[in-house]
Amino acid sequence: MMEPTALADAIIQAVGDRAEAEVLVAGGTSALTRFANSFIHQNVAEQGLLADLRVAVDGRVAQVSSTRVDQISELVEQVLTAARLRPQDSDWPGLILPTPAPDTNHFDLDTAGVQPSARAKLVRAFAEAGPGMRAAGYCDTETSTVAFANSAGQRLAARSTRATLDGIQQTPNSAGKGHHTSSRFADLDGARIGQRAAIKAEGSRDPGDLAPGRYPVVLDPECVATILTFLAFYGFNAKQVIEGQSFAEVGAAQFDRSIDVWDDATDARAVGIGFDTQGTPKRKLSLIAAGVTNSLVHDRRTAKRMEAASTGHAIPGGEAYGAFPTNLFVGEGQASSEELLASMEQGLLVTEFNYCRILDPKTQVVTGLTRNGTFLVEAGKIVRPITNLRFTQSFVDALSPGAVLGIGNDGRLADSEFGVGVVWAPSLRLAEWNFTGGAKG
Amino acid sequence: MGFELAQAAVEAALAAGATYADARVVFSRNRQLECSNQVLEQLSQREMAGIGVRALIGSAWGFQATPELNTRAARGAGEQAAAVARASNILAGSPLTLAEVPVVTAHYETPHQEDPFSVSLTEQADLLVESTRRMQEVKGVTLGKGSLACFDTQKFFVSSQGHRISQHIVEAGAEISALTVGEGETQRRSYPQSFGQYQTGGYEVIRGFDLLAAAGPLAEEAVALLTAPECPAAVTDLILESSQVALQIHESVGHAIELDRILGWEAAFAGTSFLDLAALGSMRYGSPLMNITADATLPGALGSFGYDDEGTPAQRVDIVKQGVWVGVLGGRDSANLVGLAPGGMVRADGYNRLPMVRMTNVGLLPGEESLEEIIADTGQGIYMASNRSWSIDDKRLNFQFGCEIAWEIVNGKRRRMLRNPTYTGITPTFWGSLDRLGGRSEWKFWGTPNCGKGQPMQVGHTGHPAVPARFRGVRVGVR
Repeated sequence: MMEPTALADAIIQAVGDRAEAEVLVAGGTSALTRFANSFIHQNVAEQGLLADLRVAVDGRVAQVSSTRVDQISELVEQVLTAARLRPQDSDWPGLILPTPAPDTNHFDLDTAGVQPSARAKLVRAFAEAGPGMRAAGYCDTETSTVAFANSAGQRLAARSTRATLDGIQQTPNSAGKGHHTSSRFADLDGARIGQRAAIKAEGSRDPGDLAPGRYPVVLDPECVATILTFLAFYGFNAKQVIEGQSFAEVGAAQFDRSIDVWDDATDARAVGIGFDTQGTPKRKLSLIAAGVTNSLVHDRRTAKRMEAASTGHAIPGGEAYGAFPTNLFVGEGQASSEELLASMEQGLLVTEFNYCRILDPKTQVVTGLTRNGTFLVEAGKIVRPITNLRFTQSFVDALSPGAVLGIGNDGRLADSEFGVGVVWAPSLRLAEWNFTGGAKG
Repeated sequence: MGFELAQAAVEAALAAGATYADARVVFSRNRQLECSNQVLEQLSQREMAGIGVRALIGSAWGFQATPELNTRAARGAGEQAAAVARASNILAGSPLTLAEVPVVTAHYETPHQEDPFSVSLTEQADLLVESTRRMQEVKGVTLGKGSLACFDTQKFFVSSQGHRISQHIVEAGAEISALTVGEGETQRRSYPQSFGQYQTGGYEVIRGFDLLAAAGPLAEEAVALLTAPECPAAVTDLILESSQVALQIHESVGHAIELDRILGWEAAFAGTSFLDLAALGSMRYGSPLMNITADATLPGALGSFGYDDEGTPAQRVDIVKQGVWVGVLGGRDSANLVGLAPGGMVRADGYNRLPMVRMTNVGLLPGEESLEEIIADTGQGIYMASNRSWSIDDKRLNFQFGCEIAWEIVNGKRRRMLRNPTYTGITPTFWGSLDRLGGRSEWKFWGTPNCGKGQPMQVGHTGHPAVPARFRGVRVGVR
């Protein structure tokens, strides 16, 4: 199979001076071992190579993606023909000029060589950590090599690895979750992750109902990660702002002063590479500083419209959806998980959210459910597990000034409902969360 | 070339120790256009081609995919699929066996009149630009959006039992939507349904929508919503427009009856199901008016095909009969495990994904009334249309939906428009309250092009025949 950098160069050369052109070539391997009912039932692997070419002919823009990389000239002719047929794009931002990108150094050779048997052994350790329970989840490894080239002379290449172990332990009426993502497979400890899930599952056996209402909460990092993906996609995404759908007002104190959020692909704890799909280098970007909305995330298109600079957050399909930060960090606090609970008179500890969907992007009202361990806390102690609850809650209001009562020191690369490896988040203690339904509706 | 490569991959997997193997060589392409306020923001075309091989050893499937289409790569993928399956023995369960299905050599093609890829990009772009212009003409509209997409997939399937099946599936769909921004909130109206209406067929599907005619009235509703009163919080009779009924079926029936969920195979991600196989044939799912089938043979519906990705023929299966749960969606492995027949319901979203249990056309059979008759028969209630948000728990019991628009019903008449309508319920209770159904003339084959399931994630195309329906005593206006 052709090497991504050579392929990217060959494609740009094939376009020649007939158009402005940019190409992103992503190659690599991904493998995923899936288990359920405490045994491995699906084990998949893929070798991939995909070229994504965009051209602009006198401001007429078209894009083609293909795995048929043995047919470069057909690919190029196809996209040039398509471009000539479409109207001029007044928002076409042009190509990035040659600019270096940071080496994020999120590549681990050992992870790139992980075999199915190694993933299977890790999964076995997870399953064995919950004796008498039913384990389910997955372990995956991913190695990618990405090359970017454009006809303005920008040339970038990077490689990265990622490994994830994610699973639940189940009893007949409860479940608990464990998760770890890293750029290094060796960081994954199957027994420890499985034990964490087993403790949650054991603690939430025989849950009881709780009347819906507004309760103080402590949210585990998985919940916080999901909140951040909503804030980022529907709020800090400059396209949403242009379209009038975002809550974000740069310079306004929209969040509690204890909240800091930034995006940083170069942080050693992150995964991924140091440039986006338009070849723009990534850099550390503050989104919320001491509760104040600090900036938006841009691709080159939204940057042009708002007379700003791209922040390096273009994503595949971003022409329609806008930009998205993929290496978010939420500033940690000082409190241990126990200390967050200890200061709560009555409230709930929530392990994970499930099936969150936005009702209105501008107000950030979201409905969803709790999952994999929800607990009633009284006088600082967990007193009993409760059945999953439905909530209808504005995520912006939940983090508004005065609403954040504590931040944990337990930050980790948490699972979000919309992807792994995207958000580094600690636990949060919040003044109020609006639960609108229980197990019986 | 497709059959030969697939055959080479299967033979290699068997030689490497697989007890069963199949392979798909898939050539797929799609075209997608996105337009916003007369600016064509995206024109993308995607071509994917490759081979995916599935090998069974013991209790696990091994799967290997590659985009390289030559004999050496195909054989390599077959060998790797077997090796990956064998590695699963480190944590093994009981061996899987497959239900018998007819071994056939066959070809299927989606009936279609106009190849969507033969329609010029200019014509397709002009349709979206003009639709958004018409929406923008309405004062108060912030954003007019339009999108369309076409899919063309050719598959060559070979199994170690002798299947040789080729298929050519053609799909098309579109959507327009108007967005308005008011004090602290947004409103949206979309057509033919939110997130687009997709069907099997050619470009005639999109021509049939008449997007241009719908654009103006749609935009006017989006503006009117900004000043409409909020949907009250109440327990009342709820009438749902048929595309919302379709999504209600998808979420609270379609996923719940997936056998892989019921068996716990999807527990960690998509979730399980509230259904217990011991109650199959006796559990009351809904009122006697509720008749649900999974029917992959419906012409034009998005979940129609000739054979699934295991080589099982498309068929119609009863799921709920007169309110009683009688059927599931299963594959050759899962169905055999519980002693049921496979229903031809296993598909993958590309050459590089493992086939899994997927809805075909899971839908409600029509009744005998019309929407207007149902409204006329309602003393006090709310009529909701077009989905805006959807959420349901991991057992498919506790759901909450938001719609784009609603109207108050008083004494059999449609009165005030209401904004931000939502409703919530528990699956069997909700379906148990079904007491009125639209008739065959209002039976529409709605398509869902964005059903996420599996790890790695796959996006499925599913169909949902539906009619307007009334449900009694539903909690609305959730806040």
